[in-house]
Amino acid sequence: MTSLDDNSKEKLRSVSVDLNNDASLVIDIPDALCERDMVKFTVHTKTTLSSFQKPDFSVPRQHEDFIWLHDTLVETEEYAGLIIPPAPPKPDFESPREKMHKLGEGEASMTKEEYAKMKQELEAEYLAVFKKTVQVHEVFLQRLSSHPVLSKDRNFQIFLEYDQDLSVRRKNAKEMFGGFFKNMVKSADEVLISGIKEVDDFFEQEKTFLLDYFSKIKDSTAKAEKMTRSHKNIADDYIHISATLNAICAEDSVGVEIRGLLEGRVASDQELKLTELLRYYMRDIQAAKDLLYRRARALANYENSNKALDKARLKSRDIPQAEEHQQQCLQKFDRLSESAKKELTSFKGRRVMAFKKNLVEMAELEIKHAKVSLTAHPIKHTV
Amino acid sequence: SFSFSPTFTFSKFQILSRIPQPASLPALDISTNSNGPKQDSLMDDDPEDLFAGATEEVSLDSPERDVLLSDGPSPAITPITPPTSVIAPRIGHIEEEEGGDSFDVHISVSDPEKTSLSVFKQRDFSVKRRFSDFLGLHSKLASKYLHIGYIVPPAPEKSIVGMTKVKVGKEDQSSNEFVEKRRSALERYLMRTVKHPILLKDPDVLQFLENSELPRAVNTQALSSAGILRMVNKAADAVNKMTIKMNESDAWFEEKQQHFENLDVQLRKLHASVESLVCHRKELSVNTAQFAKSAAMLGNSEDHTALSRALSQLAEVEEKIDQLHQDQANADFYLFSELLGDYVRLITAVKGVFDHRIKTWQKWQDSQVLLLKKREAEAKLQFTNKPDKLQQAKDEIKELEGKVQQGERDFEQISKIIRKEVGRFEKERVKDFKTIIVKYLESLVQTQQQLIKYWEAFLPEAKAIS
Repeated sequence: MTSLDDNSKEKLRSVSVDLNNDASLVIDIPDALCERDMVKFTVHTKTTLSSFQKPDFSVPRQHEDFIWLHDTLVETEEYAGLIIPPAPPKPDFESPREKMHKLGEGEASMTKEEYAKMKQELEAEYLAVFKKTVQVHEVFLQRLSSHPVLSKDRNFQIFLEYDQDLSVRRKNAKEMFGGFFKNMVKSADEVLISGIKEVDDFFEQEKTFLLDYFSKIKDSTAKAEKMTRSHKNIADDYIHISATLNAICAEDSVGVEIRGLLEGRVASDQELKLTELLRYYMRDIQAAKDLLYRRARALANYENSNKALDKARLKSRDIPQAEEHQQQCLQKFDRLSESAKKELTSFKGRRVMAFKKNLVEMAELEIKHAKVSLTAHPIKHTV
Repeated sequence: SFSFSPTFTFSKFQILSRIPQPASLPALDISTNSNGPKQDSLMDDDPEDLFAGATEEVSLDSPERDVLLSDGPSPAITPITPPTSVIAPRIGHIEEEEGGDSFDVHISVSDPEKTSLSVFKQRDFSVKRRFSDFLGLHSKLASKYLHIGYIVPPAPEKSIVGMTKVKVGKEDQSSNEFVEKRRSALERYLMRTVKHPILLKDPDVLQFLENSELPRAVNTQALSSAGILRMVNKAADAVNKMTIKMNESDAWFEEKQQHFENLDVQLRKLHASVESLVCHRKELSVNTAQFAKSAAMLGNSEDHTALSRALSQLAEVEEKIDQLHQDQANADFYLFSELLGDYVRLITAVKGVFDHRIKTWQKWQDSQVLLLKKREAEAKLQFTNKPDKLQQAKDEIKELEGKVQQGERDFEQISKIIRKEVGRFEKERVKDFKTIIVKYLESLVQTQQQLIKYWEAFLPEAKAIS
C-alpha cells in the first residue's frame, strides 16, 4: 500500500494548472494500491453540489474505468465542440520490473553494498512510475471537474459516485469495435482536414499551428526520454564504480574516502519533469487536433448537405427535408465552431502557463540538485 | 584538457659503468645478454653481484626470449656523480610517417648543472621516436629485468583496429582520438619507466632518451606488450601445471600474492564499469544535442512569443550542457579509464614477477634434486672400478653444488628485489590513484558548477513567460 502525503501531492500537481479552483467539486486521488500489474486508485470527491448524494466520498477505480469514462465522453455528440482531456496512459511498470529481474540475476557478481544501492535505485524508480501514474489519472479527473460543461456529465458523476464495480458499464465488445472503427476513420480525417477549404482565418491558423506543433513536440518528447534514460544509466554506473572503489580503497586502508561519487538521483526529478510536461502536452495537442477533425467533419457534412440541397432543388424532390438537413448541419457546424474557438483559445493560455510553471520548476530543481551534490559529497583524504 | 605531469626525483643517480669503453666507439657485445647490468650493485646496500647469473638465465629460457634481446649496439656510458635532477618527459605528436606515427619526446630537466651527464646538461631537448621504438625499449627492459623481479611498466597496446582507422583519414575525428589516446598512453608509459630508479639508469633507456636516432626495432610483432603478456602468462601456466607446490616459507609473499589477485579482480571490474560510464556519457551527449535541436524546432513552431523565446533558450542551454558532457566524458576516459587500464596491465606484470620467483625457486629445487641423484650415483660408483667415471661424477657434483648455491642466491635475490619493488609499486599506486581520483572529482565538481551557472541564467527567461 503506497500512500502519498500532501507535500508530495503538491509537487506532483504540476503538469496542468488552474485545476481544483472551484470548491464546489474537488477531486483527488489520496492513495493507490499496486498489485502485480493492476493499480487500484482511490478517487476521493468533496462537493457542495446537490446533484451528488453525499458531500464527501471515495470510490476505488481501475485504469480501465478511466478509459471507459474518456471514451464515453469522446463519443458523446454533445461534446463534439470540446477538447476532451486526453486519457491517462496505462500504468507501465515494465522498465523497473525488467531491471529488477536483471538485478536479481546479477546479484552474485556484486558486493552487498552495490546490490543494496541498486535495489534502492530501482525501488525509487518504481515509486516514481507509481507516483507519475497516480498524478496523470488525477489530472484527468481534475480537468473534467474544472470544465464548465464536462463537469456536469452524467457518466462523470457515475464514475465519481457509483460505489459498485464499474466493469459492467465498461465497453462491451460492440462498443469497442465502434471505437476502433472511429480511430480508423480519424486517420482518413487527417487527409480530409488538409483538403478542406477553411473559411475562418482563426481555424486556418490553428490547424497549421497544431499540426506542425504536434510533430515537433512528439519529437521533443522522444528525445527527452532518451536523455532521461542516459542519465539513469550513468547513475547506475556510478553505483558500481563507487562500490568497487570503496572496496579497493578499504583494502588499502589509504584513507581516501569517496562518499557517493554519485550523480545520484539525477534523472528522477528534473529530466522527468521536462519529459512529463512534453508528453502530457503532446497528448493534449492530439486532443485539440481531434476537435479540429470533428469540426472539419461537421463542415464536410454541411457542404455535403448543401450539395444534397442543390440536387434536391434540381430534381424538385424532398426539398424541405434537404433544407432542414442543411440547416441542422449548419447549426451544428456553427455551434461547434463557436465552442471550438473558445476551447482552443483557453487551451493555448493553459498550455503556456503549464510550460512556464514546469520550466521554472525544472530549472530550480537542476540548480538545487547541483548545489546539493557539491556540498554533500566531500572528498576526505588522509595522507 | 587534462595533462599528466607527475614529477619525480631520484636521489641516487648512479650509472653502472660497464667494462670501460672509449666513448666514441659503440661496444659490440658478443655475450648473449649485451646490456644487462653486470657490474656493481644497483642498490647501495647490495654489494653482491646480482646479475652474474643473469646471462645464464636468459640463455636457458624459451626461444621466444631470444627475439627480445636488444639488437642494437650498446652505447658507452661514462660514470657520473649522483646529482638531484628532475626529469619530466612530455610527448607530442608529429605527423604520420610511412611505417607509423612518430612522436616528439620532449624532455625537460630541472637543475641540469647538477648532473655531469652530457645529455642532461641541457634544460630542454627533444628527440623523435616512432611508436615501435617505445615497444622496442619495453621489450629490452622486459627481457633484462622482469625475470629478476623488477616490475617493468608495460608498453601501450598496439591496436590493429586503431591502425586501420588512422590510415583511412587523418581528418577523421576517430583517428584524432586514436592518436591522442596513443600519445597519452606513451607519455604515461615513459613517465612510469623513468620514474623507476633502476630503469632510469639502464643504458637502453638513456639511449632512448638521448640518441638523435634509434635503429628501427625489428620484429615489433613479438615486441608488443601483448607479446610480453603472452610470455608472462605462459610462465604462469607453467607454474600452475607444476605438480610440486612451492613451500612458501615467507608469509609475506603468500599474503601479497593474494592481495594482487584480489586487486586484479577489483581493477578489472572497476575498469569495465568506467568504460561503461564513458560509453553512457557519450550517449548522453549525443541525446542532449539531439534534444537541443528538437527543442529549438519546437521553439520556432511555438506561436506564443515569450514561450517561444524560452524554448529557444532551453535549446541553447542544452547545447552548452552537451559540451559539458563531452568534456566530462573526456575526463572520465583520460583521467579514469586509462589509468585503470594501465594498472590492470601493471598488475599482470606484478603477478608475472611473482611467478618468476616461483620459477627461480623451482630451478633451485631441481638443481638440488639433481645434485642428490648425482651424489647417490657417485656413491654407487665408489664401489666400482671406474676411476674416470668417478672423477667425472665428482666434477659434475662440484658443478652442481655451485649451481645449487647459485640457485639459492638467485632465489634470495629475486625475493629481496620483489619485496622492494612491491613496496615501491604500492606506494606509487596509492599516490597515483589518490591524485587521479581527486582530479576526477574536481572535474565533476566543475561540471556541477557550470550546470548551476547555465540553469541560473535560464531561470529568469522561464519566469518571464506570461
